[in-house]
Amino acid sequence: MTDLSPIWLTLKLAAITTLLLLIIGLPVAWWLSRGRSVIKTIIEAIITMPLVLPPSVLGFYLLLAFSPQRGVGKWLQQTFDVQFVFSFKGLVLASFIYSMPFMIAPVKSALQQLPTTLAQASYTLGKTRWQTFIKVLLPNIKPSLFTASVLTFAHTLGEFGVVLMIGGSIPNVTRVASIAVYDSVERMDYASANTYSLILLCITFIMVISVFLFNKYQAKSPLD
Amino acid sequence: MISIDIEKNLKTYQGKRVLKISRNFPAGSITKIYGPSGAGKTTFLKIIAGLVTPEDGKIVVNGTVWLDSVTGVSLPPQKRMAGFVFQDYALFPNMTVRQHLEYATDNTNWITRLLAIGKLETLDQHRPEYLSGGQQQRLAILRALAIRPKLLLMDEPFSALDAEMKQALIAELKIIFKELGSTVLIVTHNPQELDELTTSGLLIE
Repeated sequence: MTDLSPIWLTLKLAAITTLLLLIIGLPVAWWLSRGRSVIKTIIEAIITMPLVLPPSVLGFYLLLAFSPQRGVGKWLQQTFDVQFVFSFKGLVLASFIYSMPFMIAPVKSALQQLPTTLAQASYTLGKTRWQTFIKVLLPNIKPSLFTASVLTFAHTLGEFGVVLMIGGSIPNVTRVASIAVYDSVERMDYASANTYSLILLCITFIMVISVFLFNKYQAKSPLD
Repeated sequence: MISIDIEKNLKTYQGKRVLKISRNFPAGSITKIYGPSGAGKTTFLKIIAGLVTPEDGKIVVNGTVWLDSVTGVSLPPQKRMAGFVFQDYALFPNMTVRQHLEYATDNTNWITRLLAIGKLETLDQHRPEYLSGGQQQRLAILRALAIRPKLLLMDEPFSALDAEMKQALIAELKIIFKELGSTVLIVTHNPQELDELTTSGLLIE
């Protein structure tokens, strides 16, 4: 019987990463969508880096940065007794950074495409920027928000290099499904590798098709 | 009394030019603003509402300083609460007709009255995409009125209405403006059509 704990761990990691990116990524996307400045350009470039950077490079630097033997990692360990390397927390941090562009870029783009007069109309009614964001802007980018959330979730499911570098392969702690597939193949246990792969394939397919269906429904003409 | 003295650099297809307006508008007056395209009529309204910042100027509304570039005072649009009817309506696609008005005010009697004025009672659960151009424009006017503004800024507010609807709406608006004591500035491309409603005119060239 195949151990399904890597699947549950993967789903837990993807859910936490998506939730954190919704909470932190949306205000960042909103901030980036309003006006241009050098600082915004630099921050946007940093957020986009994981799209083009080899995951192992990102994982390597995270491993160095959060190693309990030096720098930030040592300070976190001594001050808060928190260790990111070879822990689930580390996986969450790495996934968060690695999936940032999948959440922030589409949401930012969707916010920029809304007419500026929508927010302006809300302001003239006495509404704050935050009220406008929650009540007017976010509800009008629902398809993009849904797409960004699903892509973030699906992308986290498929992470390998970055999570392997910072988390290793500790059963029930950091051994996510993609790593379990690799381990199983190394052990010549093709049956387990196939089970993990098939489950990931099905979940990913369902998620991607739901995005297409949702967006098709949203784009439906009122005359249909 | 509304006292406006502003200067704003504009970028147009013909190059850079300066929008310079100095004018007093008596309280309760209704003024039509007209002039060629690109003259800065919409920008003028947005400067008053606090949506665009001029390089230089002062705006005093009923004794309250909204903008003073010398002292650095510039109230945000949320504090100015000038009713604004946008040329593109700027309706919220996620909200129904009623929700638009509820977003602006929680006075249900006022909402009911506004819906009647705009003849949108039977469409109050419809979203903007299901409304005609004229209905959308009426909703934009009602939403701006919902906050009971002392200053109402309207950018081409009647352009999508047929002659009959326009006459009926203008008659109702006259009553509302008087009741609220609103000072109204209306941008129009067709100044003659507002002769009956307005008390003065401002040409921006």
